[in-house]
Amino acid sequence: MGAKEIKKPGTAEEQVLYASVLEKGMLLGLGILVITFIVYVLGILEPYVPVGELSRYWSMNVHDYLQAANIHPGWWWASQLGKGDFLNFIGIALLAGVTIICYAAIIPTLLRKKDIVYAVLALLEVIVLSAAASGLIAAGGH
Amino acid sequence: MKRYFFGISVLLTIFLWIGPALAAVDPGVAADAGGPWWQWPIILFVVTFVMGIVAVLGGVGGGVLFVPIISGFFPFHLDFVRGAGLLVALSGALAAGPGLLKRNMASLRLAIPVAVIASACAIAGAMLGLALPTNVIQTALGATILGICVIMLTAKKSEFPEVRKPDALSTALHITGIYREESTGKDIDWRVHRTPLGLATFIIIGVMAGMFGLGAGWANVPVLNLMMGAPLKISVATSKFLLSITDTSAAWIYLNQGCVIPMMVVPSLIGIMLGSIVGVKILAKAKPAFIRWMVIGILAFAGIKALTKGLGITLF
Repeated sequence: MGAKEIKKPGTAEEQVLYASVLEKGMLLGLGILVITFIVYVLGILEPYVPVGELSRYWSMNVHDYLQAANIHPGWWWASQLGKGDFLNFIGIALLAGVTIICYAAIIPTLLRKKDIVYAVLALLEVIVLSAAASGLIAAGGH
Repeated sequence: MKRYFFGISVLLTIFLWIGPALAAVDPGVAADAGGPWWQWPIILFVVTFVMGIVAVLGGVGGGVLFVPIISGFFPFHLDFVRGAGLLVALSGALAAGPGLLKRNMASLRLAIPVAVIASACAIAGAMLGLALPTNVIQTALGATILGICVIMLTAKKSEFPEVRKPDALSTALHITGIYREESTGKDIDWRVHRTPLGLATFIIIGVMAGMFGLGAGWANVPVLNLMMGAPLKISVATSKFLLSITDTSAAWIYLNQGCVIPMMVVPSLIGIMLGSIVGVKILAKAKPAFIRWMVIGILAFAGIKALTKGLGITLF
């Protein structure tokens, strides 16, 4: 192993594709997050939890917080997008979801290159991340 | 140069002063007597901005500073701090990922098998972390942070580790690559060994990343570099990219469990990202070795605080 003068090949096709999808998704997610946060702090949309009451909740554990604020776990937030605080979850979900899209995007390229093992690994990663995102995997409370 | 050190010293003073001052306030009382609501996002923004600078200069990820410091010195419950910490680490990794992949510094080929294991285990870690009592997690977090300090003090790095013979698994998976070393202008071809052992280690790394919401660059780099033999630059870049996958799985668990409060997450995320941009500019003129010692000191302080808080001992 060491340094030697060799012809530098280009970056693999699937890697460039992954990077391209990741870049667009990341910028979109961050942009939306900043805009929705401005909407939230300016009070353009009324929040579900009044901002003045937030400091009462964030010192509780999550189980007590959900009960006290009457918030449901999982994708329930998606039904509350008219509220200023839950609107921010669009950007957060995009940032947390862009990797799934990146993996899904490279599977056809890997299959076309007959890189079956990596196509299966990429599919497996999509399944793992989708399972996490689905909300079906639940943790116990404190 | 003096100007930069003065600036950094002032920022660190603010950083270390605000936290303990806030920690002195009883969270329950702070709810009603803690002043206007908007002070919290501003304080979080300022502290995480400084954190972003310090993280870059100290060569650590933002998440590893965020979780112990914010949970130790701020009136936020560890559940929300871990949720925010994961999103902070995730955003940093997402922002860095495209550039690292396009420049062929991060290797998708190396990351994909590792990520499957680490992300699945991060889900288990997140579930375990949310199921265990807070004091147990806080104590384990403190011990882990102190362990990270030891790793930072003792771990060696190898620019170009010698890989005489790649193992059968890495050969079968074609985990190899070439990158241009800008300092010498040469193309470096690299390969890895001890792949099964490396993959097995990522089981533990994944669980810890999910359990503590720390990000895991501090563990990824030594494993990729020293254990598996990837060049240092490839290890650092692939580790950063890997966080975008590992933290995604754990972040969804925290998000779905309700551990995400936008008023905490968004200012922290923006603060640390802007701080990182400033940190990169300062890095060209500052002395990283000096800053690195300071980061180890800050981490040790935060680790002891987390440990004592978990054990119910009030030291400071």
